[in-house]
Formats: sequence, structure tokens, C-alpha cells
Amino acid sequence: MTAEHVSTEHVTTEPTLRSRALGVIADWSSDQRSFKSASWGKAMMWIFLVSDTFVFSCFLISYMTVRMSTTVEWPHPSEIFALDIGGKKIPLILIAIMTFDLITSSGTMAMAVNFAYARQRKKAAILMLVTAFFGAAFVGMQAFEWSKLIHEGVRPWGNPFGAAQFGSSFFMITGFHGFHVSVGVIFLLLIARAVWRGDYDVGRRGFFTSRKGRYEIVEIMGLYWHFVDLVWVFIFAFFYLW
Amino acid sequence: MTDASVPQNVAPPPAEVEDVELYHAHSWITKYVFCQDAKVIAIQYAGTAITVGILALVLSWVIRLQLAFPGAIPFIDAQVYYQSVTMHGMIMVVYMLTAIFLGGFGNYLIPLMVGARDMVFPYVNMLSYWVYLIATLVLVASYFFPGGPTGAGWTLYPPQSILTGTPGHEWGIILMLVSLVLFIVGFTMGGLNYIVTVLQARTRGMTLMRMPLTVWGIFAAAVMALLAFPGLFVAGVMLLLDRTLGTSFFVPSIVELGEHKEYVGGSPILFQHLFWFFGHPEVYIVALPAFGIVSDLISVHARKNIFGYRMMVWAIIAIGVLSMVVWGHHMYVSGMDPWFGFFFAVTTLAIAVPTALKVYNWVLTLWHADIHFTTPMLFALGFLVTFVNGGITGLYLGNVIVDVPLSATLFVVAHFHMVMGIAPVLVIFGAIYHWFPKITGRMMDERLGKIHFWITFLGAYAIFFPMHYLGVLGMPRRFYEMGETAFVPASAATLNIVITIIALAVGFAQAIFFYNLFKSLKYGAPAGGNPWRAASLEWQTPETPPGHGNWGKQLPVVYRWPYAYSVPGAPEDYLPQNAPPVRGERSP
Repeated sequence: MTAEHVSTEHVTTEPTLRSRALGVIADWSSDQRSFKSASWGKAMMWIFLVSDTFVFSCFLISYMTVRMSTTVEWPHPSEIFALDIGGKKIPLILIAIMTFDLITSSGTMAMAVNFAYARQRKKAAILMLVTAFFGAAFVGMQAFEWSKLIHEGVRPWGNPFGAAQFGSSFFMITGFHGFHVSVGVIFLLLIARAVWRGDYDVGRRGFFTSRKGRYEIVEIMGLYWHFVDLVWVFIFAFFYLW
Repeated sequence: MTDASVPQNVAPPPAEVEDVELYHAHSWITKYVFCQDAKVIAIQYAGTAITVGILALVLSWVIRLQLAFPGAIPFIDAQVYYQSVTMHGMIMVVYMLTAIFLGGFGNYLIPLMVGARDMVFPYVNMLSYWVYLIATLVLVASYFFPGGPTGAGWTLYPPQSILTGTPGHEWGIILMLVSLVLFIVGFTMGGLNYIVTVLQARTRGMTLMRMPLTVWGIFAAAVMALLAFPGLFVAGVMLLLDRTLGTSFFVPSIVELGEHKEYVGGSPILFQHLFWFFGHPEVYIVALPAFGIVSDLISVHARKNIFGYRMMVWAIIAIGVLSMVVWGHHMYVSGMDPWFGFFFAVTTLAIAVPTALKVYNWVLTLWHADIHFTTPMLFALGFLVTFVNGGITGLYLGNVIVDVPLSATLFVVAHFHMVMGIAPVLVIFGAIYHWFPKITGRMMDERLGKIHFWITFLGAYAIFFPMHYLGVLGMPRRFYEMGETAFVPASAATLNIVITIIALAVGFAQAIFFYNLFKSLKYGAPAGGNPWRAASLEWQTPETPPGHGNWGKQLPVVYRWPYAYSVPGAPEDYLPQNAPPVRGERSP
């Protein structure tokens, strides 16, 4: 390498792809913590969500596979997911409401996180309760949808509208997602109670874990809640719009 | 980016996270049963895994007895044979190897090796063990249900695994699937702990590139497990629905015993994809911790730093990444598109590159080293040859054109037992001999250990080496009996008898190990804190066995990597990770 080369390299301040990559590696492998701004709890939730993403991906890919491999016609989503309102069949109306409901709950959740960090306990707790309400409403509407379809003869092992895998995939995937929402609602209620009482200010210990909690738990709860929301968008797209 | 030419073992920066508040157990129950201390959880995990492992060992005798003396033993009928094959495989792979490497060694070693007081979420860690225990109990319970455990083979391929005619189709398959789903739930709780502890709870000075390779191996395996187990989870849930609710995810329109079943339009190949998306990474979930542990054993007992540490770390990561995209090589005979076969063959053979790199580095570590032939070292060397052996037959099976005739023969059985059965088990034994002094404060008997090693090592070769030959002859695996088969010569039966006798002997010889284990627990020579004069952090604890919280009042501060052996100018032939730097030292 000539001296001229060295000097030009020296002048260049623009980071190259190589230096960027090495920088990322250096940050990651640095002392004590790889994610400098993340607490243990937050890191754990993120990594859990990556794993859970794989679970949902496997479910959705399996659903797509059976949908493509079955020899029988797939029921038409815009007909089967239509509601009779005032004598008119409106396609996907319930799903539209459910999606709106869940996305709204993500908004209230984000507000709760904000107020929790501002130590406005009552506001944070109420917003979490509102979030839980939207979540419970979502599960309720899902139960309504399930009962409607069951009433029309859709079963996990078959249905009068076409491929048997329609019912199987539908109940399995929405059920698994609904289970996630229900778990979220339960934890929202528990954390809302702790926030309301001020457990995280007085250092009250958890019933099972005997450990003190922190307001950060609201944000970690929020991560989970937004994830469940995001998954719903994919289920909505792949199941109802395809 | 760290520059290797600049000495870095200066005082590390101050702590970024304040010291944790530990949960202190108040009663015997919370101290030893529902315990949140990772060290106790590790022992619980390992104890449970070894217990079911012994059950699986006994089941392997049932398989061998039937193959050697078909029909001679009255209680081994076709049903018992297939149930034994299935349970032996599933227990060994999932409930024994995975659990002992991650739940056992992971729990014990990660916090000690990275300088943490405990796992980051001790409560979740405790739950992880108890869910694992329930999963194990559900699996074993299938012996007590009508029809017994499932006999579908450990791969559980539908449709046969859920149809009548397969043993255990009544309850066995249901309990197996429920148990697997529970295992995954339990494992996820543990795996999150291992990963976050490694990433976020290291002590001052412990950069990722100063971690022992044991931690790297277990960490990479835990990451892979969190990404691969979802495949099995989903396959398990869907197969469970097929079996219990009569959905048709995996079962096509099918006639069973002359009766047309109600299943329609399912895809059995889908199950194979999901299963092997888990199944192949699973091989490396078991192998990577073994790689890591063996690197440390070789380095300590050869008194030399591991050759090419960075290369070893990147090889672990490369193997982890590649192993997620090779699952199709288990399905060459499923009628896949030749282009897919080509893709999977290429990725499979590409894994040989980082793997061979690791083998070269182990050998180069031994080159001109001060090798001490202690029991752990013998097991580490035994692993090296066995792994190379099993790896080479992997190259045969990775090629589509060679795999097709060898598929479902004893050649495959010999291959995977060498590479993911014997090799990791040798590492487990070596690791127990190596860390037993830290866990109990007493040494294990070296003489008994060496006898145990030679019987196990030579015995394993005597069992599995001839199996390659039987496989090339065309002897199929999983067959209850061969009867009169034209292409199998009579000598094969003799060979089978020899294998069985050796298998029984080697199996019983493991009693030497357990005798040594329990005897040393009480009468072993006191070990002191660091009997192997090892440099890594777990040997530097103030107490042996390490107390609650591992490190007493002050967390250790790390100044160098864990392989500072034979350092010039150092007072001894090794420098502990937490010893202050010596003048002119250039350890990374």
C-alpha cells in the first residue's frame, strides 16, 4: 500500500459498510451488556416475541399449505364472514370492527405506558383497564363469530361450504391468537391493579415471585400487546382477505 | 472493534447494572425442591434427564435383544418392540440430551462462567424445570394407559402414527404430543433465561469475546432452540387436533382396515417439513453445547489456549445459521423436487466447512500441548474421533444420490448414533468428571473413570461400527424381524448377536460411573477450589461448591479471556480471568 493510499483513507470520514458491520459487532460484543439501553425484562420480552413469531409463522405457513394442497374448493371469505344486518349481507363487517377494536386498544396501551413512566398512576391504570376492555371485547366478538360459524355447521373436521381444512385452520389459528389476547387481558388486569395501588412506588412484593416490580413492566406488557395486535393484522390479511 | 495487537486487560469500566437483589430461601422446600437457584435447578434438570436416560438405555436393550434373538424373549412382541424404538429415540434426543445440556449444564455453568449471581429470572427458571418434569411424567405415564406408549417411531410421521394398527394409537400418541408441547413451553422459559443472562448479565470486563466456548455453545443452542421448537410445537398441536378432533391437516383421504376414514385432503409431507424444521436444528442444539464444552476441556487439560478462538465462535454461529436451512436432507425420499434436493444437499455439505474448521482447531490446540490424560481429557479426545467418524458418514447421507439407497437402513442408525448419540454422551461424561469437583467439592475416582472411559468408548465403537456394514448390506432399520430375506446373509444375524452382547455389557458397565459418582459424593478426595488449575471464572468462586449468589460480597472483575494458559511471565502456568493483569501480558 502506498503512502498516498494511506492518506486518502485517513481523510475519508464516511463510514464504509465494513466499518459499520464491525461497529455493530463491537457494540454487541462489548462489556457487560449487548443491548445497552434494554433492561433484562425488556430484552427477554423481545426475544420471546421473536420465538412466538416463529410459532405464528409456522401456523400461518401450515394453513397456506393445506389451503393450497386440498382438492376441495375453499369457502369464499367475503361470503362466509358476512353478517346479515337489516336484511343485507355485509361482507367482513365483524372482522373490520374487531380489527378496529384491537388497533384502538394498541393506542390506549401506548398512552398507558406514557402515563406510567410519568408516574400518573390512576391515568395509567385506567388506560390499561380500557385496553383490557377492548381486548375482552375482541375475544367476545371472536366468540360470537365462532358461535355463528358453528351454528352454520362449520366444524374443525368439516363444513358445508367446502374444504374441511377451512374450519380446522380457522378455529386453530384464531383460537391460538384469541388465547394470546386472553392471556394479555389477564396480565393487563393484574398489572393495572398493581399500578393503581402504587405497588411499584412502595416496593410491594409479588405474590408468587416475592420480588419488587417496576413501572417498566407496563412497557413490557405493551410490547406483548402490540405484538398480538401485529399478528392479528397478518391473520386478517392471510385468512380473511385472501 | 477490538484490535488484537493492543493489550486490553486494563481495568474494565464500572458496572452498568446495579447488583441484583437475590431471593433467599427460608425453608427446606424452597431451598431444595421449589428452588430458584440456578445451581439447584441444574442438578434437578440433570437428575431428571439422567433418570429418563437410564429408562431409554434399558429400552435400547429391548431393541437389541429382539434384533439378535428374534422371538426368543417372550415379552418382546412387535408392539413392545416398536414402542421401545419410539420411546428410546424420543427420550434420548429431547428429554435426555437437550435437557441435560441446556437445563443441566446451561443452568449450572452460564451464571458462573459469565460472572452473574444467578439467571436473570430465577422464578421463571424454576417454572421451566417443573414444566419439564411434568412433561417427562406425562410421557412416562403413557406406559400406564390402555395400549401403552406410541410405537410410531420417534419421527411420529402421520398418517400411521394416529391410525389403528400402530401401537399406542389410543392414548400413547396423545400423551406423547401433549408431553412435547409441555416440554417446549418449559424449555422456552429456560431458554429465554439462558439467552438474556448471556447477553445482558455479564460481569465487568466480560465481553462476548471473552466468554468460554462452553457458554457460546450453550447460548447458540438456546437461540436455535427458540427458533426451531416452534416447528415441533405447531406440528404437535396440529397432529393432536388430527388425532382428537378429526381435523385433516396431515391425513389425506385414507382407507384403514377396509374402512374409508373421514379424513380428507391433508398433507403428510407438511408434517415432515415442520418436524424436520425442528429436527435438524435439534441435532445442533445437542452438538453445539458439546462443541463448546469439549473446547474448554481440551484447553484446560492440554494447558494451552484454544487455537483460533474467534474462528471457533464464528464457526458456532455459522453452524447455527446453516443448520436452520438443511432440514430437507431428511426428506430426500419423500418425493421432493430435485432442485430442492440439490439445495438441501449443498447447504448440508456446506456445514462441513465450519465443522471441519472446529475439528482442525481442536487438533491444533493439542499440537505441542502439555496434554494431561485425565478422565475428562480422555472423554474429550474420544469425542473428537467419534465426532469425525460420525461426521464423515454424514457426508455420504447428505448427498441425495448416496442417501436414497442408504435411507432407512442401519447405516443411518449408525451415523446418527455416532454423531449425536455417542459423541455428545462422551462429552456429558467428560463434563461431569470435569465439573464434579466444583459442584460437590470432591474429586471423582480417576482409576474408575478411566476404566469407565475405555469400556464406553471402545464398546460404543464395537456396537456402532459394524452397524455401518449392516446398513450397506441393506438391512433396514426399525424392522421387527427380518425372517428369510434373500439379500441379508446369515452372517448378519451373527453380527447382530455380537452387537447385542456388547450393547448389554456396555450398558451395564455404566454402573461403574454411577458407583463412582455416588461414592465420590461422600468419600472423594477434597478438591479445593480449582483442582484442574483452570482459568475460567467458575473455578474462581470464593466458596466450593459455590454459595447462594455465587460470588460472595463482590462480583468478580474480568481482565482477560478464559484461555490464558502457559502465559509467559505469569507466576503459574495459567492466569485466572479475574487476576489483575501482569506486566507485558497480551491476552485478549
